[in-house]
Amino acid sequence: MPETNPKPRAEHSSWTLATRRFLERRLPLTNLLPDRQPYYVGSWVYVFGVVAIAALIWVVGSGVVLAFFGPQWWHESSVGRFVNSLHLWSVQVFFAFMVLHLWGQYFMAGWRDGRAATWMVGVVIFAVSIVAAFTGFISQQNFDGEWIAVNAKDATNAAGIGSFFNVLNFGQMYGLHIMLLPVMVVTLVVAHVVLVRMHGVVRPIESKQTARPADEERAS
Amino acid sequence: MTTSDPQDRYYAGIRMVHFDLVKELVLALVAVSVLVIGLAGVLSSPDDPAVTIQTWATKDPVDFVTTATSELSGQSGTAQYGPPYTNTPDAAQAVGPIAPQAWAGVSTPIDTAQDFVLLPLGIAAVGNPTLTAALHTYHAASPDQQQTWLTNYTTALANATVVNDQVSVAAGDYGPVPDLMANMLGLARTGALDGLLLRSGTLFQTDFTLPLLFLGDGNYLSGLAADQHLTGDQWGMMNETGSYPGQTWLWLFSFWYQIPPFNTASNTDLVVIILMIVLTALLALVPFIPVLRDIPRWIPVYRIIWRRYYRGR
Repeated sequence: MPETNPKPRAEHSSWTLATRRFLERRLPLTNLLPDRQPYYVGSWVYVFGVVAIAALIWVVGSGVVLAFFGPQWWHESSVGRFVNSLHLWSVQVFFAFMVLHLWGQYFMAGWRDGRAATWMVGVVIFAVSIVAAFTGFISQQNFDGEWIAVNAKDATNAAGIGSFFNVLNFGQMYGLHIMLLPVMVVTLVVAHVVLVRMHGVVRPIESKQTARPADEERAS
Repeated sequence: MTTSDPQDRYYAGIRMVHFDLVKELVLALVAVSVLVIGLAGVLSSPDDPAVTIQTWATKDPVDFVTTATSELSGQSGTAQYGPPYTNTPDAAQAVGPIAPQAWAGVSTPIDTAQDFVLLPLGIAAVGNPTLTAALHTYHAASPDQQQTWLTNYTTALANATVVNDQVSVAAGDYGPVPDLMANMLGLARTGALDGLLLRSGTLFQTDFTLPLLFLGDGNYLSGLAADQHLTGDQWGMMNETGSYPGQTWLWLFSFWYQIPPFNTASNTDLVVIILMIVLTALLALVPFIPVLRDIPRWIPVYRIIWRRYYRGR
């Protein structure tokens, strides 16, 4: 009886392998860190998002220093006051360029060709950033923070969230501001950038495309 | 030629050029660093000290005593607030059947007479026979008698003057209320009331709900805020003390508080919040909403953004 070749062992499957294959297929390093882009990317509009990320790096860095020395430090130390000023102005730059980025993407209809999730995550980043900044303004422990807390309680109480999101409770606001909310913003920004790199920048409006990737994937 | 990379297929027919993403981020970081360090160094940041109850009682004793009296009589803003502080009927904001403030209920119960006045005075009365007697007289009186004294005293405070650092009113039937309020004022001026309103039964404390509510019930704090253009009807939500930009991103939220019918409604906060939630949801769902998603095609800003692309076609 002739000897038969053993059948090649079927490749085993696992969640780990599935995840790896998904990442290799959807987010290869060449897409995550591409060295080539469509020539129309040379517009200033594409800079807004990158500048917002650069400002976020300053926001987080100055915030870490302020958190390390404690909430009283910047009221008593000139160095602390300067770091607080860095924090304030980097937040202003972050929001300014985030809004410019948002409007730019709106007028580019950046959600086209399967990029709706990227747009939606961007809007969530904007909303969470507003809450993060709001808790920061309340946590200042000066007249601004005091008045904003007294004034804002009416809105949070009217919304029914005042019972578990008490703007008059400095400990809660400070904790949310230096831990949970920054983690959320940074995580969402990472997810947003990954989505951008997975799909690449959108083509100009009315540009004729031979075939959309999603269509080809469905056809195959 | 075919390719397996979806992005290669997506950009078919588009000229690709070298682009250094990491270099772009580093250059952006350098530019932002120069900008932020420059702004921080030249403009600094605002830091007006917080108003204490001690400051309030010293600078505006009549307003302090008037507020403390309203806390004792149950007529203050906090006493009449509704959830989450009190069970005041019909105080919660609602829009039709939508009443989240009432649904959440009273989670931080506050009895303004006890928490803001009688308990701090009870602590201060130790070793103070005059105050102890005044408190005894007040507690021994019927609720109707207490309200009569408080109503009379509140009316008289409208014409109060400050004599020798004490709030003085015309003679009248006030019972022990003037003694109680004189002790409240003294307690506040020493700074002791700031601490007494923070009592929690433990050493550590980070919850300023009671002192901030008490301060908010008076006119002194809101008067200072109005001077700095910080009240709700002055676009105050997006302002900061001085000429600093504040939370400019709240401009739309602030906007509704400036115009009718929002600024005249009794449920303004809830209406504005619902409106902002709806608007934010619409913004997030723009890709799926006809008209909103088509506006960029109708207003050809994109032709400016991608002018190199369209020039080359």
